Amino acid sequence: MTSLRTETVAVRRETRPAAPRNRARRWTAVAFLAPLIVYLLVFYAYPLYRNIELSVHDYTPRAFVQGDPEFTGLENYRDILADGTFLRALRSTAVFTLASIAAQYAIGLALAVFFHRHFRLAATLRAMFLVPWLLPLIVSASTWSWMLNSENGIVNAALQAFGIGQINWLTSPDTSLLAVTIANVWLGVPFNLVILYAGLQNIPAELYEAAGLDGAGAWQRFRRITLPLLRPVSLITLLLGLIYTLKVVDIIWIMTRGGPADASTTLAIWSYREAFGTGQPDFSPAAAVGNLLILIAFVAGLAHVRLQRREEAG
Amino acid sequence: MRAWKTAVGIVLVGVMLFPVYWMVNVSLTKTSDMRADPPHWFPWDPTFEGYAAALGQQLPALATSLFIGLGTVALTLVVSLPAGFALARLRPRGARAIDFLLLVAQMIPAVVMAMGFYAIYIRLGLLNTVAGLIVADSTLAVPFAVLLFRAFMAGIPGEVMAAAQIDGASTWRTFRSIVLPLSRNSVITVSLFAFLWAWSDFIFASTLNRNSDVIPITLGIFRYIGNNTTQWNSIMATAVVASLPAAFLLVLAQRYIAAGVTAGAVKD
Repeated sequence: MTSLRTETVAVRRETRPAAPRNRARRWTAVAFLAPLIVYLLVFYAYPLYRNIELSVHDYTPRAFVQGDPEFTGLENYRDILADGTFLRALRSTAVFTLASIAAQYAIGLALAVFFHRHFRLAATLRAMFLVPWLLPLIVSASTWSWMLNSENGIVNAALQAFGIGQINWLTSPDTSLLAVTIANVWLGVPFNLVILYAGLQNIPAELYEAAGLDGAGAWQRFRRITLPLLRPVSLITLLLGLIYTLKVVDIIWIMTRGGPADASTTLAIWSYREAFGTGQPDFSPAAAVGNLLILIAFVAGLAHVRLQRREEAG
Repeated sequence: MRAWKTAVGIVLVGVMLFPVYWMVNVSLTKTSDMRADPPHWFPWDPTFEGYAAALGQQLPALATSLFIGLGTVALTLVVSLPAGFALARLRPRGARAIDFLLLVAQMIPAVVMAMGFYAIYIRLGLLNTVAGLIVADSTLAVPFAVLLFRAFMAGIPGEVMAAAQIDGASTWRTFRSIVLPLSRNSVITVSLFAFLWAWSDFIFASTLNRNSDVIPITLGIFRYIGNNTTQWNSIMATAVVASLPAAFLLVLAQRYIAAGVTAGAVKD
């Protein structure tokens, strides 16, 4: 901010009549922003508008091409809310999302605290934790699929060594949601680790030293210093995790396609399946589900923005 | 000194990266050993038939993904660099509104964007085209890129730019000759992420390009899984090859990646 101010002072001194100069600068700013504004309108606003339009019409594949769908108002939304799949998908979304972010956060925090103290190879090992996050999702998802394969998967083979019988991870309605959640937690740990580690770096080391002198043990230091001071970073991490996990499609679709018997169908999967997952694309209900999902994400997002504002102010 | 911590760290990394090891292991396993019980923990007798099949069949898909990745990077930079500069330096009206829009844009589920794009593309004849996919993939990166550039460019000392303007340089000239070269690191970070996201994209490819002959590698693997579930060594070999850009970037550009992950979430 200070540097900005000195710059404008320097410019003002050069040119007396400030008003036209200011106007010129406004237009320069608009010119630099123009590509982004056009981009946001054409590639964000317009697809979103089309999506809303889809959801209040009855779009059949034919109507799609000919452009003469029947207007049905909120009927698609009513149908969806009345559909038996809705409550199940909502429940699965809640379980998948909350279990994922809770486990990711707990594991990420434990690892961040572990790597916080310097030791040999710490930086290299920490970097290697990024690997799951950088791999294409199709790679991770297909690897997990094979690892969790009922007959030939390594996970069942390892469990067998402990006397646990075959678990049909991906093909039983009892475990498929758990299976995709495990894979998703694995994917999310690196993100949590990196952000929480950065948060730990900002906690002054003197605090720990002082607490150590006062005789506080490791657990006490964690509870009385790390947790409270990490709170803002933790909240942002959890919220970003929530927003991100709500929209997950790839990992579930590749591993289970939402099945068996809808057991791992979340709202995002439901929307994807209606629109693209079957031979019979049904865009209108899919768009309605998608818009509901946006609404949920938006509430979480507003919480995120408010939180950030408060952090900036405080 | 803290040797035990290093040891524990290595074990943790081993557990975390086990799926990656397993992918490599399976990619080298003979088809006849694939259903061995218990599975072979180490490919003592490796085969490269999986890699031969992967490269034989998926080379065009890899090239397509490379092209899409580079196109996405170019489009992202063209849109985001000037915008980041304007938001950081030119104090435009409505900057807060744009900030807010960019945050909201990041929350929109890709499946919703995919439906919107599908509805638009089907009219414009852009379904199953590489250009259409580049545009769709760039929406994954642009909001992130603008916010990152803005944060970075706000940190460039004002004196540097003031000096240029006193010398009579236009805003465009200042942007091109001073701000851009100084922003090299953030350009690298954004380019890496834009490339990785486009390379890894599955949702847009599987919706907007699903009937195309020219498909990216993610769709190549997905079709592979659908077609012949017995050839897991070929599938995993393709997966290994598809992971190479990520591995490459992790080794060569680790600090840029860490910078990108934290940029969105943590403010100093």
